[in-house]
Amino acid sequence: MADVDSIGDLLEYVTDRIGPALVDAKVKNGELTLRVERDRIVKVLALLRDDPNCHFKQLMDIAGVDFPERERRFDVVYNLLSLTGNMRVRVVVETDEETPVPSVAELYSAASWFEREAWDLFGIFFSNHPDLRRILTDYGFEGHPLRKDFPLTGYVEVRYDDEQKRVVYEPVKLTQEFRTFDFLSPWEGITRQLPGDEKATQDVPPAAPGPAKVAGS
Amino acid sequence: MTETQIKNFTLNFGPQHPAAHGVLRLVLELDGEIIDRADPHIGLLHRGTEKLIEYKSYLQAVPYFDRLDYVAPQNQEHAFALAVEKLAGIKAPPRAMYLRVLYAEIGRILNHILNITAYAMDVGAMTPMLWGFEHRELLMEFCERASGARLHMAYFRPGGVAADVPQKLLDDIAIWADDFPTFIDDLESLLTENRIFKQRTVNIGIVTPDEAVDWGFSGPNLRASGFAWDLRKSQPYDVYDKMDFDIPIGKNGDCYDRYLVRVYEMRESLKIIKQCVAQMPPGAVSVDDNKFTPPKRGEMKHSMEALIHHFKLYTEGYHVPAGSTYTVVEAPKGEFGVYLIADGSNKPYRCKIRAPGFAHLQALDMMSRGHMLADVVANIGSLDIVFGEIDR
Repeated sequence: MADVDSIGDLLEYVTDRIGPALVDAKVKNGELTLRVERDRIVKVLALLRDDPNCHFKQLMDIAGVDFPERERRFDVVYNLLSLTGNMRVRVVVETDEETPVPSVAELYSAASWFEREAWDLFGIFFSNHPDLRRILTDYGFEGHPLRKDFPLTGYVEVRYDDEQKRVVYEPVKLTQEFRTFDFLSPWEGITRQLPGDEKATQDVPPAAPGPAKVAGS
Repeated sequence: MTETQIKNFTLNFGPQHPAAHGVLRLVLELDGEIIDRADPHIGLLHRGTEKLIEYKSYLQAVPYFDRLDYVAPQNQEHAFALAVEKLAGIKAPPRAMYLRVLYAEIGRILNHILNITAYAMDVGAMTPMLWGFEHRELLMEFCERASGARLHMAYFRPGGVAADVPQKLLDDIAIWADDFPTFIDDLESLLTENRIFKQRTVNIGIVTPDEAVDWGFSGPNLRASGFAWDLRKSQPYDVYDKMDFDIPIGKNGDCYDRYLVRVYEMRESLKIIKQCVAQMPPGAVSVDDNKFTPPKRGEMKHSMEALIHHFKLYTEGYHVPAGSTYTVVEAPKGEFGVYLIADGSNKPYRCKIRAPGFAHLQALDMMSRGHMLADVVANIGSLDIVFGEIDR
């Protein structure tokens, strides 16, 4: 049996064991990330959990991530922990708005709520989930708030209506327009071309006198 | 006499119930007084923290972490500060690390005082709560003296801490730390061998080691089930590797063990606090790089560059190189993780918060089945639930 006691060893070992289901594996910042095929996620996690060299018995977290510009826009990120090996591994699968991800609630009981959360906040669908209801948002909420195309302010607001003696839902009214600031100006100093810099590389017009022309002639 | 058919009935527990530790709505299916199913409805305190953080610069995101687990705010900031430091490739100076560990342990004691005493009140003891709040007040005074805020410190910043502390404060913490064991002894004299307390907690809500792992338990709840697992020891961050302390573990994984683990953790935290105060090195409290920490006020009066740095830091903030990390700390409630994705801009692209209470509350159904209605209250109390972090 191979001895797995560092992240590098683990990377080699799991690359070998997972085989073709593995799309990509890399170690960055001392953290191992495995990208695997969506349909094989249950098998991969079962392997990581039960293999005597891995023993990733604990599923600490499932996070959804939205990359709207991608064709398969969602990442589902599983963060696993091995108590015996004192190691962590991150398993990532990609999916889109329609394609379900197989649920891992059978393997890890903890997965159930984390998957409900990903469904609620991102609209990532999980197949074979025992109880895929919304979890964090309001009863009767529409939309998936952590998607990048969902506005920060949302669509509805609630207030208590004294005449109707109940809480009423209304379209959101902003008393001040939503402000976003473009801070993507260069911070390290000026890196863009300064006005006038283009002259240094351009062909100097023949009529203009200048040191370049003198040097060339 | 005719046989009467008793149907299961559903009981709505909360969301406004003093023993629900916040806004927990529990839908309980009862067979007589025996729990058939407990279905927690959460999200009543959902504020969209993760979404808000995506729209804020890294520095502006720090105070949101205070408002997650508001019982021990520092410990959440710690995870975020470490995550940003990891991605940005900076390292806090030694004094800042000691201060962070010191205040993280103060946070742990703040948390455990509240949990133990509120838990005692759930099962019928009033006095511990009144005694405990006195000491919480003393601790929050230390927080105030370091950061200006009693509760939401916003003190741990990426690259160090917000401000240095005076020596007098450290001396006062040391005096308090010598005094505090008396309170723990008093607290234990009220609870540990208390017949009523033991009747309500021993052998209630037993979580076996396998179940604890399967349900993603961490922190005191995992240790009560018999795992000697503490991130401060196994994956030490800041200066925990220089500290000498022990990890208390439980044997049975019942409500009583979870209580005991917390009591002993307070004693261990005291050891760490004393060591921090004694070993506190002199020096800077934040990384010496004006791209991350603001320049000194005096410097800004005569240096143009310092003025520009200050302006840029408080408008644009700093840019964190693209990358992702899952950084964890041992928060008082368990493993608090921040899964941070940076895209090279001045705002986090995604910041997933892994709250320990989320996983713990999920297991309430498993723990409560077959128990009496009153035991649900004991279970909730022993899990240490705070809705700020569960609902985010």
